[in-house]
Amino acid sequence: MRGIRVIPYLLIAPAVLFLLVLFVVPLVQTMALAFQSDGGWNFGNFSRMANDINFNDAVTDTFEIVVIAVPLQLALALGMAMMLRHVQRGRDIVLWIWSIPLGISDLAAGLVWLAILNDRGFLNSLLFRVGLISSPQSYLTYETPIALLAAIVIAELWRATAIVLVIIVAGVQLVPKEYAEAADVFGATPWQRFIRITLPLLKPSIQTALILRTVLAFEMFAMVLSLGGRNFPVLVSEAFNWEYAQQDYGVAAAYAVVVMLVSLAATLVYLGALRSPPDAR
Amino acid sequence: MRKTLFLSGIGVLCAWTLVPLYLIALGAVGGSALVDSWPKPFWPTSLSMRTLIDFMHIDGVWSATLSSVEAAVLCMAFSILLGVPAGYALARFRFHGGTAFRLMILLTRAFPVAILALPLTVGFIRLGLYDTALGVSLIHTALALPFAVLVSASLFQAVPREFEEAAWVFGCSRLRAFRHVVLPLVLPGIAATSIFAFVISWNEVFAASVLTVRHKTLTAYLLSVLSESPLQVQFAGGFVLIIPSVLFIFLVRKHLFAMWGIANR
Amino acid sequence: MAEITIDGVRKLFGDSVALESVTLHIPDGEFLALLGPSGCGKTTLLRIIAGLETQTSGRVLIGGKDMSDLPPRKRGLAMVFQNYAVFPHMTVWDNVAFGLRMAGADKARVTAQVEKAAALLHIEPYLKRHPGQLSGGQRQRVAVARALAVDPAVLLMDEPLSNLDALLRLEMRAELKAVLQQAGTTTVYVTHDQTEAMGLADRMAVLYAGRIVQMDSPAEIYRAPATRFVGGFVGSPPMNFLELPVTAGHVTAGALSFPAPGDASRIVMGIRGEDIEIADDAGMPFEVRVVEPMGSHTLLTGTMLGQQMRVVAASDLRPRPGEILQLSPRADRIVWMNATTGLAMETTLK
Repeated sequence: MRGIRVIPYLLIAPAVLFLLVLFVVPLVQTMALAFQSDGGWNFGNFSRMANDINFNDAVTDTFEIVVIAVPLQLALALGMAMMLRHVQRGRDIVLWIWSIPLGISDLAAGLVWLAILNDRGFLNSLLFRVGLISSPQSYLTYETPIALLAAIVIAELWRATAIVLVIIVAGVQLVPKEYAEAADVFGATPWQRFIRITLPLLKPSIQTALILRTVLAFEMFAMVLSLGGRNFPVLVSEAFNWEYAQQDYGVAAAYAVVVMLVSLAATLVYLGALRSPPDAR
Repeated sequence: MRKTLFLSGIGVLCAWTLVPLYLIALGAVGGSALVDSWPKPFWPTSLSMRTLIDFMHIDGVWSATLSSVEAAVLCMAFSILLGVPAGYALARFRFHGGTAFRLMILLTRAFPVAILALPLTVGFIRLGLYDTALGVSLIHTALALPFAVLVSASLFQAVPREFEEAAWVFGCSRLRAFRHVVLPLVLPGIAATSIFAFVISWNEVFAASVLTVRHKTLTAYLLSVLSESPLQVQFAGGFVLIIPSVLFIFLVRKHLFAMWGIANR
Repeated sequence: MAEITIDGVRKLFGDSVALESVTLHIPDGEFLALLGPSGCGKTTLLRIIAGLETQTSGRVLIGGKDMSDLPPRKRGLAMVFQNYAVFPHMTVWDNVAFGLRMAGADKARVTAQVEKAAALLHIEPYLKRHPGQLSGGQRQRVAVARALAVDPAVLLMDEPLSNLDALLRLEMRAELKAVLQQAGTTTVYVTHDQTEAMGLADRMAVLYAGRIVQMDSPAEIYRAPATRFVGGFVGSPPMNFLELPVTAGHVTAGALSFPAPGDASRIVMGIRGEDIEIADDAGMPFEVRVVEPMGSHTLLTGTMLGQQMRVVAASDLRPRPGEILQLSPRADRIVWMNATTGLAMETTLK
């Protein structure tokens, strides 16, 4: 049909304009903010950021969470997806229940687990009732960094595994059953089937899920604040603090740039490490 | 034996998801005595809306809730208005800008929200958008738009081109063909996408906190009072945050996998 | 008047040529089949007539009017698509009525036309149902009914039977022919199945690599293919082609000798399997390799002078593999072809 040349450009124009103004421009501005201080282009903000007492903790804490939580979530999601394959009746309900956390904000999740892990929360109540403890135990304080880390990991696991799960399940649906059946006929055990056949075929989905999940993990904010407050600084909470409390946009931007670079680096790593040759699809 | 193990595994995982939700509901509607008690019961002492009502009466909470709703509705509207036409263009036309546009959309995923919100405070102040639900909704739209575009594109791709061609042959212009043949088929998917945009906005914390001072959204409000707030507020606040999200996810459950799985290709 | 004229239509997709300047004329009421292998350009030509593709150069005239600047809806045609394109969210009734409603016809006319088309295609029982509840064959009828309901000047069909199973295809072909003959609409029908084209068409245009290689009645194309490609494509089993040397204007094959047209040193003898008789005395020696009893006949595959041949023999003939039969082709059915170009040669032998 005629007139085709112009139509697509007209259709994408509003979206493009919008993203230019509200994404590309702020992106450039943040970079500018980060690299400008005291009237010149330098690394002043970055050195102020690095010398801050919380910086090292923020970096280690963030990486700790990512390195621990993300692989656990991947394993859990893979397991759940595989289990789902064997469920016939009620599969939809189970899947729906498992994906409920998708709709829950990280702040809400933080509040939920705060209610459980608080000094007078549900976990302590349960332990007290069965006689394992005699008085409320603290898990979320400065003196119990390991417990705090564990608490945050568990809460993250609860909230965000669904994101990985949904992507994996969508990918599993694309893996034809015939491959596993063929392997079965040739004598492979379920574990072998999983490792040799299913897993490699899921690579694209795993890659997508990992990229998304890792980037989101580096952006972790409200969950950590609710459970740990200032006891567990992470990169984004520090950025927020510098912007809101200290009104220092430069350092906040520096933190944002660090998060961006780390996310990009992780994405590139995943793209490279989990690349499947085109004809292997 | 293996079957029982398997079924109990499924059961445990379901419980693991549902129990924490039950607990916060317990705290929110299980009677005010429950909130302060130690050890906490696992069953409501009484069912009462007292905690929730008190929460809503706290100064600033009701307006914060309204703000959140306003921002979420605006985000929903903007995402659909901007995203659906763009999705149609990507699905039906092969044009030079297409790959570049798609790449731009995918790149937005790799960048954290923090990047956007910080410099926008200055810009928004100048434009009078600072501290407004509209301003917050704009940032939320930036978050939800890529999703809306990609999902719309796949929705349109699922409608065979032949349908539109048949409509053209049998008397329709492009626009009429879209209205009579394409739109009815993609409407459920678009409805689901708009609900997802609502949820994305409703849940967002960082940008909302950075961009509002006196007209906070609910998430920004709860974050700001986090450290000093009594347990009642935390229970009620968490509950109010969760309910719409869970409800909406229930509504779109049929489309969930089509949407989320496809959008991440 | 709904005659169609294609005048020098050429179509390029980027650098590749889909259609190489096609010119043809379809008189009003004729059923023309566009036949060819995939990629030959037949569907592209159909879509250009429909207005779904724009030609790179050339004109399309329907009823004498130049359609080149008109969108599909203004060309007065109807089309049946390969995958039917029956709208899933409307009832069968609404589907069939679609074209009429879009044209703004009044309720009375819509009802009359829909009922008439539904009766023709035997879909009255399904009128209230949705396409999702129908089988492929039923949906196909709905697609045809929708096309006929608008009383089009021209009917275009893009491989409408190819997605049906063999038996259904046979039934639908007969039904389609009956319905269309009654309606008398000018029809252009695209297919890659030569039996379909042979059965349905008044005339066939055989396409290859974007060109019309031969356009004639099915019987004529079958009897006198213009090129080796046409001979091999039309007819099942395909025509046999034997490359034979020419000496002094004669071709010798086994014990037989034929006068050969032209003056090349090699020539191709085209002969159909059913036009070869099994002789008692010496003829062309044929070594049988495979014997396939097909019920109505026996299909023999073997070699003659080192080249593969297929012979259609009587159903009671059952030679053993390895047996040598003496063949005698009917001289008036031989199509002589140029060994290098593959073109049929003019011969005064008929």
